[in-house]
Amino acid sequence: MAGTSERYSFSLTTFSPSGKLVQIEYALGAVASGAPTIGIKATNGVVLATEKKHKSFLCDESSVWKIESITPNIGMCYSGMGPDYRLLVKNARKAAQTYLLQYGEQIPTIQLVQRVANVMQEYTHSGGVRPFGVSLLICGWDNGKPALLQCDPSGSFFPWKATAMGKNFTTGKTFLEKRYNPDIELQDAIHTAILALKESFEGQMTAENIELGLVTERGFRRLTVPEVQDYLANVL
Amino acid sequence: MSYNGGGVVAMKGKECVAIASDLRFGIQLQTIGLDFDKIFQAGPKLYVGFPGLATDTQTVHQRLKFRTNLYELRENRKVSPKVYASMVGNLLYEHRFGPYFVEPVVAGLDANNQPYICAFDLIGCANAPDDFVVAGTCEEQMYGMCESLWKPDLGPEELFEVISQALVNACDRDAISGWGARVYVIEKDKVTVRNVRTRMD
Repeated sequence: MAGTSERYSFSLTTFSPSGKLVQIEYALGAVASGAPTIGIKATNGVVLATEKKHKSFLCDESSVWKIESITPNIGMCYSGMGPDYRLLVKNARKAAQTYLLQYGEQIPTIQLVQRVANVMQEYTHSGGVRPFGVSLLICGWDNGKPALLQCDPSGSFFPWKATAMGKNFTTGKTFLEKRYNPDIELQDAIHTAILALKESFEGQMTAENIELGLVTERGFRRLTVPEVQDYLANVL
Repeated sequence: MSYNGGGVVAMKGKECVAIASDLRFGIQLQTIGLDFDKIFQAGPKLYVGFPGLATDTQTVHQRLKFRTNLYELRENRKVSPKVYASMVGNLLYEHRFGPYFVEPVVAGLDANNQPYICAFDLIGCANAPDDFVVAGTCEEQMYGMCESLWKPDLGPEELFEVISQALVNACDRDAISGWGARVYVIEKDKVTVRNVRTRMD
């Protein structure tokens, strides 16, 4: 089995005999070994939570963020390779502005996800490139409704009510399956997201080594360190 | 812009809009057709008129239809008047240095059945006022007629009378506009299309 997979990992345009695109499997492996990210859709908003562990205490945590805003109403986070993520953020922002220029309206979340997923798919269909080593969690607020979607290295996208990505994502998903209910409100969802993150957290969770992002009818924002500190104090 | 001639006017009323166009198709001073409506439907309560060079009337309409069809397929919803107007301006400005010789007029009701009208110059400058918009070879005549006849909050029946008089009398003072007229009155539950009798000269 291992022999067959290795033979087909040098070029992306070939399928393995079993019908798999092995590079995508490997890319998903890169995602599964990345830092955990949680997303929960509540009735009045969506929360994104992610672990931001730095390699040494010399790192300046406040200079680089994982959770990024794409438009005033849409935010994004990832699990996997940071540099690949940066490119997709740039792409997504440009796609959103192009839409605004043409239609005079902010891009709906689903439309943005389709455009980003399309880019990710192209990298599985072109020569000489490798797929993106990230899965994205994109959250947004359109016309009074919250939206949460995941984009995979293959280019497929899924709408979620709640999900976990990255390390120990199966544990995370099981946790969420138990704790999620369709009437959950945002404050509850934030609490649950932090707990879900804590399930697979090694060491002490502080406001500096996690990030929280919220989208509500007022739009998307990343929470400041003091705000994250407040939520943590309630949970821990 | 005065090779084919023609004019389009749109007005806001109380929870309704009206848009009207003459029906002449001519080539300079020779009249060829009497049913060249410059107004097309872009949505259930959204109409757009393209007065100006007749070939561009057709082409711009077709190219916009291309874009709106794709929009509606991708987004699974109909285009709203504001978004449609944005697309019109965008299309025209794309050809900033080799423009389409049309000056579009958009009229419709938005999702809350509020009236919306908008007019553009040939390179996509939008103008969305609260009263009326005019375009075509007889636009100066139409400005005069609209300014004197229009008042706010006209009901659908009155709006029809006002817009018809404005169009007909303006076209009568323009050699290359007229030869019949068609008026669309768009209300929240129906659209009424009427042909208006004009001087056939």
